[in-house]
Amino acid sequence: MTIEARNLSIAFGSKTVLQDVDLDLRPGECLGLIGPNGAGKTTLLRILAGLARPAAGTLRYDGQSAAALGRPALARRIAYLAQGGEAAWPLSVEAVVGLGRLPHRRPLAGAKPDDAAAIMRALQVCDVADLTDRTLGTLSGGEQRRVLLARALAVEAPYLLADEPLAGLDPLHQLEVMELLRRTARRGAGVVVVLHDLTLAARFCDRLALLDHGSLIAAGTPAEVLDDTQLAAVFGITALRGSHEGEPFLLPWRAAPDGTDDDER
Amino acid sequence: MKAAALRTPPLLVALLVLAMLAVFALSVAIGYASLDLGTAFGDLLAGRPTLPALVLWELRLPRAMLGALVGFSLGLSGAALQGLLRNPLAEPGVIGVSSAAAFGAVLTFYSGLSASFALALPLGGIAGAILATLLLFILLGRGAGTATLILAGVALNSFAGAATALALNLAPNPYAALEIVFWLMGSLADRSLNHVLLALPLMLVGWGLLLSTAPALDALTLGEDTAASLGVDLAWLRARLIGGTALAVGSAVAVAGAIGFVGLVVPHLLRPLVGNRPGRLLLVSGFGGAILVLLADTALRLAPIRPELKLGVVTALIGAPFLFSLVDRMRREAR
Repeated sequence: MTIEARNLSIAFGSKTVLQDVDLDLRPGECLGLIGPNGAGKTTLLRILAGLARPAAGTLRYDGQSAAALGRPALARRIAYLAQGGEAAWPLSVEAVVGLGRLPHRRPLAGAKPDDAAAIMRALQVCDVADLTDRTLGTLSGGEQRRVLLARALAVEAPYLLADEPLAGLDPLHQLEVMELLRRTARRGAGVVVVLHDLTLAARFCDRLALLDHGSLIAAGTPAEVLDDTQLAAVFGITALRGSHEGEPFLLPWRAAPDGTDDDER
Repeated sequence: MKAAALRTPPLLVALLVLAMLAVFALSVAIGYASLDLGTAFGDLLAGRPTLPALVLWELRLPRAMLGALVGFSLGLSGAALQGLLRNPLAEPGVIGVSSAAAFGAVLTFYSGLSASFALALPLGGIAGAILATLLLFILLGRGAGTATLILAGVALNSFAGAATALALNLAPNPYAALEIVFWLMGSLADRSLNHVLLALPLMLVGWGLLLSTAPALDALTLGEDTAASLGVDLAWLRARLIGGTALAVGSAVAVAGAIGFVGLVVPHLLRPLVGNRPGRLLLVSGFGGAILVLLADTALRLAPIRPELKLGVVTALIGAPFLFSLVDRMRREAR
């Protein structure tokens, strides 16, 4: 039960976006995808979700290719939380979260009782059950994020891929969403989350994958991936390290002195 | 929370169907010749070819049926395209098929073919719609995005518009030009059962394609990536919407000419009643469109204005104030 990516490569025009990326996602783990802007994180996540096709490389979901699984089976296997979250129409929260049950519906059939139960579970887990009759547009940014996350959780898929779920959230809601993602992983799902906040990535993710200029620079535990050399080489920063309540923490502190920001490469 | 909440509200659909049947009956009852409907139906069912039966069978019923069919097609396609383009200002004309159908029909006027047999005009319209749809599919290829679709629609619209203007420009005599202009305004007058039989099968296929997109359109509310991750095949969705609109609206234009605003206004009015869900809006917009077109066509026959107002003119006259009120509402909401 894993997602296995081998030698994934893709280019948009002459620009190489991903180059020979290998990545494994196991059930029960929360994998953070980190890297500077333009490193290829979103593209990699979209490929893992089956939304974009790599130009080269192989991708296996529990041993099967996306084509062998077929679109509906893939949709039941992978929940994808897109960046942003503009809804074209002011749907009710209940309707938005209900969309997560679409992969489980047969053509022309209505909702089943277990759909309603799954929707209720997702609403409760994300603490938005009291908002069901509100429309997305009337909610605060944090509430909207949690509703969209509930939509993804309502799929009840073995894998959850989330693209920058913390964008625009205040600290409390950032912590809550990360806690939620970690709990989702603890319940047995494989979770991939694209993050910019290295402190939260180090604290909440079981493993990190560091991308830069389309290549996988490092993958492993947060301590292995976020060492001083890597931080300076990839992000061009130094970090403050310490421990609090028995847990190590990392805090981006200042630009690295020798300015190894390698955007010119 | 009930599972039924995920389906189209049956009460709303039932009410709309009842309203449609009522205006259908009204449309059959009202006409220029006074008609004893009881006698007419009696004679018709008994197979007696009396004048009342003929008026009912040859004039009243085809007109009301076409009104309902054309209105349903316009309302349904408008709602479907608004859902696809995620834009409340989309209407059935955006993909260019209706102007191409109009041009196809105009060509039969221009060539004199329309005078030679009765169905030449709608057949020309349908040919125009089919050619435009093929062109659209070739232009878009597989996997082209929504912006490409809008651009291709703009290109088709301007080409068909220019070609129609050219036909007017080169019209052999003022009478021919006038005939074209009047036809373009849209009307249900003097249509026969043959028009119904020509349009109905095409429309039914079109409606089926459009209605099948309901769950995908709901999913599209949250963007193309989210919809695709929920199992929606975007290329197949676009193909069904383009094909369905082309069949439904192409044949509507072919039998009735260009009738604007129905596909824009009806989804707008009904959207709040279905919780803004684009999938649920499809069927109710179809019935709403049928009601609006039947009402407009009945009103223009009741109005003491002769020659009879053109249907497209009436729907535009109703539609424009609605758009003004929309501008006003948006301005107030923006404050």
